[in-house]
Amino acid sequence: MPATKTADPQQLRHIAAEIRKSVVTSLAEAGSGHLGGSLGLSDIFTALYFSALSHQPDNPTWPGRDRLILSIGHVAPVLYATLAHAGYFPVEELTTLRKLGSRLQGHPGRDHGLPGIELSAGSLGQGLSVAVGMALAAKLDNKSHRIYTIHGDGELQEGSIWESAMAASHHNLDNLIAIVDRNGVQIDGFTEDVMKLEPLGAKWESFGWRVLHCDGNNMEHLLETLSRASESINKPTVIIAKTVMGKGIRDIEGDYRWHGKVPTKEQVPGFLEQIDSGQ
Amino acid sequence: MQQLSDYRNRGSKPTKTGFGEGLLEAGTRDHRVICLGADITTSVGCNFFAEAFPKRFISLGIAEQNCIGVAAGLALEGKIPVFSTYGVFAALRAADQIRVSVCYNDLHVVIGGAHAGVSVGPDGATHQALEDIAMMRVLPGMTVLSPCDATQAKLATVAAIEQCRGPVYIRFGREAMPDFTTTEMGVEPGKSQLLLAGKDLTIIATGHLVWEALEAAKILEQEGIGARVINMHTIKPVDADAIILAAKETGYIITAEEHQVTGGLGSAVAEVVVQNFPVPMKMIGMPDHFGESGEPRQLMKKYGLTAECIAEAGRRKK
Repeated sequence: MPATKTADPQQLRHIAAEIRKSVVTSLAEAGSGHLGGSLGLSDIFTALYFSALSHQPDNPTWPGRDRLILSIGHVAPVLYATLAHAGYFPVEELTTLRKLGSRLQGHPGRDHGLPGIELSAGSLGQGLSVAVGMALAAKLDNKSHRIYTIHGDGELQEGSIWESAMAASHHNLDNLIAIVDRNGVQIDGFTEDVMKLEPLGAKWESFGWRVLHCDGNNMEHLLETLSRASESINKPTVIIAKTVMGKGIRDIEGDYRWHGKVPTKEQVPGFLEQIDSGQ
Repeated sequence: MQQLSDYRNRGSKPTKTGFGEGLLEAGTRDHRVICLGADITTSVGCNFFAEAFPKRFISLGIAEQNCIGVAAGLALEGKIPVFSTYGVFAALRAADQIRVSVCYNDLHVVIGGAHAGVSVGPDGATHQALEDIAMMRVLPGMTVLSPCDATQAKLATVAAIEQCRGPVYIRFGREAMPDFTTTEMGVEPGKSQLLLAGKDLTIIATGHLVWEALEAAKILEQEGIGARVINMHTIKPVDADAIILAAKETGYIITAEEHQVTGGLGSAVAEVVVQNFPVPMKMIGMPDHFGESGEPRQLMKKYGLTAECIAEAGRRKK
């Protein structure tokens, strides 16, 4: 059975809020992890799993599915919350995040058997190469599914990203759509202070990619951009999605210190309230 | 049991050629086999496959980290990717990609490590793979193969592609070296080959040094010492049974490899020996040193990787 999908932005915003709340509660329960990026990406994951992706939660290895590779494994909480709300596994399991014996590893691990995980990943800069391999396999087999990847902007400082970017355009992988979470911050501070990425769009363009920009926290804009990305033009597509780290919780929005921090249990009710009121 | 006279050089040939022939054979049988190229296709033995199956040969340029990731992606989709480059770049430059994208995902990716050992010769230290066994054998789930000659390299490559599951690293050299094993001898990954059944001491060798071990046995035989010679073509999983038996029956083990003396075959054998039946050992390998330019034979002599050095270690038994 395909996932329940919708093109209604209001409904998607509601789902994104539920995903954010699950991210907050699961991370508070875990006691460690990455809240900021997970919240900033919640709208993107919602737009993908509840609108753009072709997939079947009750048949996670359906050969015709679109693949989603999470290259930045540290935002696993938003992937887990999204998969749970999409029906891959019970939402209650989210509270096992990062615990011994859990299928919800700190960074996604296929060896633990969680449905919907395409790749064990967490060492930055590797997901795009794997996606290139998957996209090449689809081309060899004349399959029409797409490969989506999610990257952090700080991650683009890894040289291996640009090796794979070169390969993707060399092989005209129009079935590959990379999404960059351009929140502008990384652990040590602003990306432009730590290691300048701009002009980022021009970099991808010069590597032979189609570059689309969007507001990664605006549902209408996301849907429209994902739809444009799926129009084939014989080259891979990158979506540079501007997001706000910690989006949905006013107290922490844009604060890079929340990259690798989690809320205390006392903070949770206030955070959940801010998510609800922000819809 | 085989006698020393049963092993003779039928003509020297590089093990990389054996790898290339094995890849071609397996690729002919199975269309899932895909070969990835990192610019040095002929030099690492992939040219036969690339010429025969251009659609299944994917050029990725000088970008080893990406090559390993691409291999992982292909394996996830049911292909059997084979990626070969110089061992130094395969095993070290792309080590993290091998660890996470390939091994942690438990994917059947075959990685060829060419230019193994100092016998690469004039290219010098940067291109002589001497740490690859250590790097690869420590990774969970990885199989490490190190065939002794071209005939065996072909069989081992076919076995790596068709029989092994999960990640496989197979190393081979560039120089033409004695080709002395036969197809009939076969290769079973994880099961060593007893080449000589001596009782006085055991020489466990891998790769090019298996021939040197046989030559050493010849020298020792003339001095009245009967050497057992074991070809450890699989470093991981290592054949513990054969090692323990050798320890029990001969009481002294010499290991010989074209690799750093730490972390490679010698260490793998010692790990078994000390935990099961401790006996004295002597490890022959690169003495914690980088290689250098020179003719292959000169270098092997300089760094103590010859039959004479192995025989000298054998005399110490007395």
